[in-house]
Amino acid sequence: MKTDFLEISNGEAINREQIPHLPFDTFHQEALNIVENGGKVVHYFAYSDGGSVKLLAVLRTDTLLVAGCDAPETYPSLTIQCEPFHMFEREIAEQFGIRPEGHPWLKMVRYHPNCRNVPDVFGNNYDEDIPGNYDYYAVEGEEIHEVAVGPVHAGVIEPGHFRFNCIGERVLNLEIQLGYQHRGIETLLTQVDAKRLPVLAESIAGDTTVGHSLCMAQALEAFSSAKPDSGARIIRTIDLELERIQNHVGDLGALSGDVAFLPPANYCGRMRGDFLNMALLLCGNRFSKGFIRPGGVLFSMDNEVRNILIERIQEIEPQVKHVIDLLFSTSSVRSRFEDCGAVSKSDAEKLGLVGPAGRACGISYDVRRCFPTEYYSKLDIPENAEPTGDVYARAKVRADEVLQSIELIQTMLKDPVETDCVGSSAVSLAPSSFVVTINEAWRGEVSHCVLTDAENKICRYKIKDPSFHNWNGLSMSLRDTEISDFPLNNKSYNLSYCGFDL
Amino acid sequence: MLNTLKNRFEQGCRTSRYPKEKIALWKRYRGMPQINKDASADLVVKCAEACPQDAIDVANRLIDMGRCIFCGTCERISKGQFISFTQDFEISVAEKKHLLTDGTLTSLADHSKQHFKKLFGRSLQLRQVSAAGCNACEADLNVLATPFFDLARFGINFVASPRHSDGIVVTGPISRNMKTALLKTYEAVPDPKVVIAVGSCTLTGGPFRGSPEITEGLDSLLPVDLFIPGCPPHPLTNLHALLTYFK
Repeated sequence: MKTDFLEISNGEAINREQIPHLPFDTFHQEALNIVENGGKVVHYFAYSDGGSVKLLAVLRTDTLLVAGCDAPETYPSLTIQCEPFHMFEREIAEQFGIRPEGHPWLKMVRYHPNCRNVPDVFGNNYDEDIPGNYDYYAVEGEEIHEVAVGPVHAGVIEPGHFRFNCIGERVLNLEIQLGYQHRGIETLLTQVDAKRLPVLAESIAGDTTVGHSLCMAQALEAFSSAKPDSGARIIRTIDLELERIQNHVGDLGALSGDVAFLPPANYCGRMRGDFLNMALLLCGNRFSKGFIRPGGVLFSMDNEVRNILIERIQEIEPQVKHVIDLLFSTSSVRSRFEDCGAVSKSDAEKLGLVGPAGRACGISYDVRRCFPTEYYSKLDIPENAEPTGDVYARAKVRADEVLQSIELIQTMLKDPVETDCVGSSAVSLAPSSFVVTINEAWRGEVSHCVLTDAENKICRYKIKDPSFHNWNGLSMSLRDTEISDFPLNNKSYNLSYCGFDL
Repeated sequence: MLNTLKNRFEQGCRTSRYPKEKIALWKRYRGMPQINKDASADLVVKCAEACPQDAIDVANRLIDMGRCIFCGTCERISKGQFISFTQDFEISVAEKKHLLTDGTLTSLADHSKQHFKKLFGRSLQLRQVSAAGCNACEADLNVLATPFFDLARFGINFVASPRHSDGIVVTGPISRNMKTALLKTYEAVPDPKVVIAVGSCTLTGGPFRGSPEITEGLDSLLPVDLFIPGCPPHPLTNLHALLTYFK
């Protein structure tokens, strides 16, 4: 397919002048063509450039494509013709006050004023500090009832609001309103000293510390002379796989708890802790905070650490296998998991689901295979696609990935890993550059997009957590599902509130 | 059934004997900072400039554990000559001023309120409120319910309703969008009640300080009884704080 969009590579910087600057109509039409022909939206956002506002889109087919245009004050919404733009257009409207005319459901994403001080697209008064202050989607009828949950939930979890419209036990629609966690990270990243950047990346979503840290490190490496050596690449890959195991194992336990099968719930809780302690073994922090920095890592993997890690994995591997086997061979678990909260492949494509949520619907896309970074090009990553799109499929994909990740880590630990640890000094960045970095974190495609100005400063930092795509998948799962199955579905996705809210 | 029993046998008993028996954490873990008062002035300034959290008080040679995220930058730069981190995880304090430390810490037990011990020593029910936390603090509070820590054996539980609780445990830098919900949850807890602040974000804004969207310190909104530093605090830090302050 011929296009004016420019092909780019994951993690390779280009000069901003190389980004094709198209007339809006061409930009609009070509973006639609690419996505309607099976392309996906990785980023679509606005940024200030001098006095003007510009739009920029990063799309993916079997390659990455980029182009930009001047932002009009209003424009005909792309979402009407092509659903995957839905969230992105809402985000642009919120951040920059640019209205997509005819957008089918134009409402705020994170509940904050726009950065240009232009009239708010949603007519919100931000002195009232509740993101849920708005008319929720409502179903009317004599037997309809609404259930409102949150922002403070009944467990030790992050805040968000869920509004269920039900008929009896059956959910007709679940609307999810987030924004409670909004900390203004994207803005902060353009204002703070360089020394604070990696620390902020680690705090975008604490359970995805490695995923986001890698995206930032790769972006800043692309802009500077700091390059990780081969040992650092292996260590960072091990750490990303470790993070995948920690979260999947924890969630498999929680899923088991949600169907009242308590043994795996307890075992997985304990084993997750053991995997968190492996991160502590590597870097002194259970969430890998203070480990990955532009140019490499702050801690080496000496033979002492390597041997302890090999031993611990060897000890826990059979336990993990046996517990997973117990979970999936128990008929009461299977009967609750199967056919619960199914999402069709075509819906998943339209919502743009990524990661295990997408793979559970038959979309095999995995950044580790499609746009490999770090050490992944040397590893064999299976496709992991399951056809059914239900809780069972999501649990199965995660269980398979746990076992695969253990194997991947064992492969990488076979030989001694040597690296020169980086210092804590900040790197200097190339001027007027652009880069996009993508990695497969445990929830799926996580991506950062960074622009620098002529003075070598970061002028726009765009973050996309996989949850940005996947929250609507949870809503879709709840359609026609019993409300009592909400916790089970929620846990099968276990999406990030703070990664979404930024 | 056989499979269930086999797994039960393989898993064994995993519950820690802490606090009866001490636990030694791995040497890379960074707990209580130690400060060498005699370090050269150059070195102190160098550490302070590199500290991503600006947590070092150069004039008095102190470190603010409320701001500190225990990243180890100062230890690395000074090669341990100015600041080094020990594996001591028992680092919580009852008064905010004690977070600013020269490496010594007053005993938390001496600062706990006797009436709290009397009221909550045998049963403490807590409502956790995540106010823009990144889910690391939340996760390491959650693990207290897993078999290794087994918080319930001490009579301490996390409960679903503020109405059932004796206090709140707050995590996160309290975003503008979460402030009202947090204050309403606090109001819903019956008196007398305790407020526990967990993690660098809640104590001082943490990595997010300077953002207009957050609050720099829970103590500017509510009376805080217990400050637990860390990013996130190790589960044992949380456990130590709860047991020492209330038991």
